[in-house]
Amino acid sequence: MNDFSPADWRAASDTVTGNRALDLEEPLIFELGDVGRSGVDFDGDATEMLETLPRRTAPVDLPGLSEPECVRHYTRLSRQNYAIDLGLFPLGSCTMKHNPRLNEKVARMPGFAAVHPLQPQSTVTGALTVIADLADWLVRLTGMSAVAMSPKAGAHGELCGLMAIHAALDARGEAATRRVILVPESAHGTNPATAAFAGFDVAAIPAGADGRVDLPALLARLGPDVAGVMITNPNTCGLFERDMKAIADAVHAAGGYVYCDGANFNAIVGRVRPGDLGVDAMHINLHKTFSTPHGGGGPGAGPVVLSAALAPFAPLPHVVRDGGGCVGLVEHAVDRPEAFGRMCAFHGQMGMFTRALAFILTHGADGLARVAEDAVLNANYLLARLRDVLDAPFAHTGPCMHEALFSDAGFAEGFSTIDLAKGLIDEGFHPMTVYFPLVVHGAMLVEPTETEGKAALDQFVDAMRDLAQRAKAGDPALRSAPHHAPRRRVDETLAARKPRLVFEAPVQ
Amino acid sequence: MPRYFTRDHEWIEIDGSTARVGITDFAQAQLGDITFVELPAPGTLLTRGGSASVVDSVKAASDVYAPVGGTVTAINASLEDAPDLVNSAPESDGWLWDMTLADPAELDGLLDHAAYAELVAGL
Amino acid sequence: MLATIGAATIDDLFVDVPADALQNGPIAGLPMHASERAVERHMAALSAQALTADQAPFFCGAGAYRHHIPASVDHLIQRGEFLTAYTPYQPEIAQGTLQVLFEFQTQVARLFGCDVANASMYDGSTACWEAVAMATRITRRARAVISGGLHPHYVQTAQTMARFAGDDVCLLPPRATQHSDDAAVIAAINAQTACVVVQYPDVMGRIPDLAAIAAAAHAQGALLVAVVTEPAALGLIESPGTLGADIVVGEGQSLGVGLQFGGPYLGLFACSAKFVRQMPGRLCGETMDADGRRSFVLTLATREQHIRREKATSNICTNSGLCALAFSIHLTLLGGSGLSQMARLSHDRAVRTARALAAIEGVEVINRTWFNEFAVRLPLPAAEAVETLARRGILGGVPMSRLCPERADLADVLLIATSECTELDDIAALAAALKEIVA
Repeated sequence: MNDFSPADWRAASDTVTGNRALDLEEPLIFELGDVGRSGVDFDGDATEMLETLPRRTAPVDLPGLSEPECVRHYTRLSRQNYAIDLGLFPLGSCTMKHNPRLNEKVARMPGFAAVHPLQPQSTVTGALTVIADLADWLVRLTGMSAVAMSPKAGAHGELCGLMAIHAALDARGEAATRRVILVPESAHGTNPATAAFAGFDVAAIPAGADGRVDLPALLARLGPDVAGVMITNPNTCGLFERDMKAIADAVHAAGGYVYCDGANFNAIVGRVRPGDLGVDAMHINLHKTFSTPHGGGGPGAGPVVLSAALAPFAPLPHVVRDGGGCVGLVEHAVDRPEAFGRMCAFHGQMGMFTRALAFILTHGADGLARVAEDAVLNANYLLARLRDVLDAPFAHTGPCMHEALFSDAGFAEGFSTIDLAKGLIDEGFHPMTVYFPLVVHGAMLVEPTETEGKAALDQFVDAMRDLAQRAKAGDPALRSAPHHAPRRRVDETLAARKPRLVFEAPVQ
Repeated sequence: MPRYFTRDHEWIEIDGSTARVGITDFAQAQLGDITFVELPAPGTLLTRGGSASVVDSVKAASDVYAPVGGTVTAINASLEDAPDLVNSAPESDGWLWDMTLADPAELDGLLDHAAYAELVAGL
Repeated sequence: MLATIGAATIDDLFVDVPADALQNGPIAGLPMHASERAVERHMAALSAQALTADQAPFFCGAGAYRHHIPASVDHLIQRGEFLTAYTPYQPEIAQGTLQVLFEFQTQVARLFGCDVANASMYDGSTACWEAVAMATRITRRARAVISGGLHPHYVQTAQTMARFAGDDVCLLPPRATQHSDDAAVIAAINAQTACVVVQYPDVMGRIPDLAAIAAAAHAQGALLVAVVTEPAALGLIESPGTLGADIVVGEGQSLGVGLQFGGPYLGLFACSAKFVRQMPGRLCGETMDADGRRSFVLTLATREQHIRREKATSNICTNSGLCALAFSIHLTLLGGSGLSQMARLSHDRAVRTARALAAIEGVEVINRTWFNEFAVRLPLPAAEAVETLARRGILGGVPMSRLCPERADLADVLLIATSECTELDDIAALAAALKEIVA
């Protein structure tokens, strides 16, 4: 069998089913089930029906599966996913850290999971206490005055913060004249999108050569038309904005407000209070800093901490504590006329609040500081061990925070960041964040988080060093990576030119 | 027929009082595979330098600006099914829209073929 | 590791932080770390401070519904490969999540009777506003007509957003009448109207004639946005898209997600194929990989904030992935026939409950028709009745005054919802208690 070629191997591994041992292909539910099959049985009979009810003529065309078929379908699909439970997931700015399972258990406790948002308040004091306790932690950890708990994700929190700024300007009679929000070029795309959605005009501020906001350019742009700035700190290059306090002072002196994108709060939690830096509003992505699970893309939660200047305008509802420590809900404009409105139905992402509070209580004030320290330590370790083989555009300016930024400078002609990223897949890692931030060509943003120990980091470094050499040498196999994943590179052009967004049964 | 170019990589070809507009070969090469072209409705009033159309590739959506002011008279309907025409024939079959010329003097600010070639060579 | 970095202490890595802003030691006044067991006990003690849906006869609805969730749903969503995965931006190692999203989009589109659906939004109320914003983009008009039957929280969310977007909201007042306000909605449509927003069934459980409203809207060049807060209803009544709605949004909570004190929930969003490029939110599409195998990938991302920045269709940057998975699994277990049966049982329990309450002197059932939720008028403030019921261990519905306290004419209106979980004993207990309270 010594002359057995790779092509023979492929032919030999072709199977009747298309499966290869644990590598299982799975059809769509529309190819498996039918409208008459069900995995649920119900108690009792339905005999009563209103004559006045306008009834549909046929059931919705939805395929059903039996319970064993259903469990198998989703279990098989799950095995085609990479996940933090499987290995290092160095997705910069996204913060993929371990999700402690205590948090899952807590979120399912009936006093939080099996209560209705509009039950009498007297029947949900435990749930309200969770919200009030978490709010208290967030306010103290950030050194701010208040927190709006209802925003449903980071971008929703950004919107909340900018609306509070708008409402504060309105109260000052300056909403019509202060129309501009300054946003650094390195900002996440949500920042300009949010400012535009909140009715502001966006003006871009360039980045300086040190990867931070160009302070003179920002100061030069301040004026009576500026409502405020949106700054990410630590920023999207993984660097702390050293001039944050100076920026905040200047913006305040010019009559504006400071919004801080708190996406990277996990780098400084417990060590730095944004309130001490002059921030007026900041959202906190609970999934990033306090490890609520990403769930394959949400749900998130984006509470917004507010300075004393903006606190009165926080949207409804508010969870409040009276002098005796009793918790309650303020839900209506009649009780809080300054509130700028409501951002969503009900009281926010309760299921995320319980998980985040459990994370906070297990870590405590001491453990949360360690979270930030270990995240920063790990990122700097990766930076130190990779900067001789990968271009690190800002490494000369000093240590990074929780993530290390590299570029594709020095790769062979025709090779880019995407090739190294796809090569990482074959090595059993999830790729880092690629082509973001936009201010660095071929950016690779690597965030190990506090989850990883030194052994895992060293294995990752070994893989990265090898891939960097291959990209510089122009190894053609890298151009077609991944080779070992459930799928090869997919045709995104085809998907976008002829969008097929729902299943359509083939014509017989 | 005279053809002019903009610094934003549009071309405009003049035919009497009307003109045809598209993006240059350089622009399509920069964008990569075009997946969708959003065109202005006929009758839309365009101002010089204003956003008139959006060309989507997989990873980018780029505005196409009106080289001159005028009114849209026709659009290239074949792009709806075949946006890749902008890749394969950007300066002929992959044209975007026809328009009237509000003020022929606006053409004076545009580049001729030689000047545009020089611009692209410098990029 | 510090030696490799070339730093003496961890604090050397925080050198860019101004010294006066760097905390030396734990932030004062906050507790230190605690063990898993201690935290679990603490949280369990808080959890015990509740009267839960499983402990009491339960009749709350008004945008959040209790249905039985099969055990396999929660088991499957806790698989780490789903729970701890990221947004599927690397399709080669995310086909699991992507195929789920493709199946979810198809399920939602079929449920709503639309061509396409997105991969979900935050919740029903935010999806509702996004639909209004989308309609203003499509029609290039700024006026939204909102039915008085739309959930007041959804109304307040839309009003808040409209203030900042500069849109003009024409809001009809909520009224406790036998029928939904179709005629008033139709009368409010004019040539400036971008869309009409109609909840189906509406907040008091009435079922609007969507076909008539759609025809009136289309005659003026406006779009019909239908809002479904109880998707289980579509097991029994016609899908909004089939009746002419152009955009259908909804709250998916009642399938698979659970009550969870109001969140996280699941925004559903579907529309006609011709509007897909104006649609907000993530979309998953079918394509092929380099070996020609069917694959799925996030697509049409150029509409989104990370590419279009200030010109994006929305600033939304997430979906409600894990809730979408739970919804999809629950719907897969039900199938079309199971959904019908669940809907029939929910309706049956509502009919029985209404009959029991109507027999009480002084209690009037307001609706002429309903699915699983209806409104009753009481001879006392509804909030008072609900508090008294709670003290007797009954979660007896949602008073309209909880949603719109400024409407004195609705102070005596109580919303009652049922599902297949409503036991006949629960109905008897509610009726008996209410009879005493009323008397």
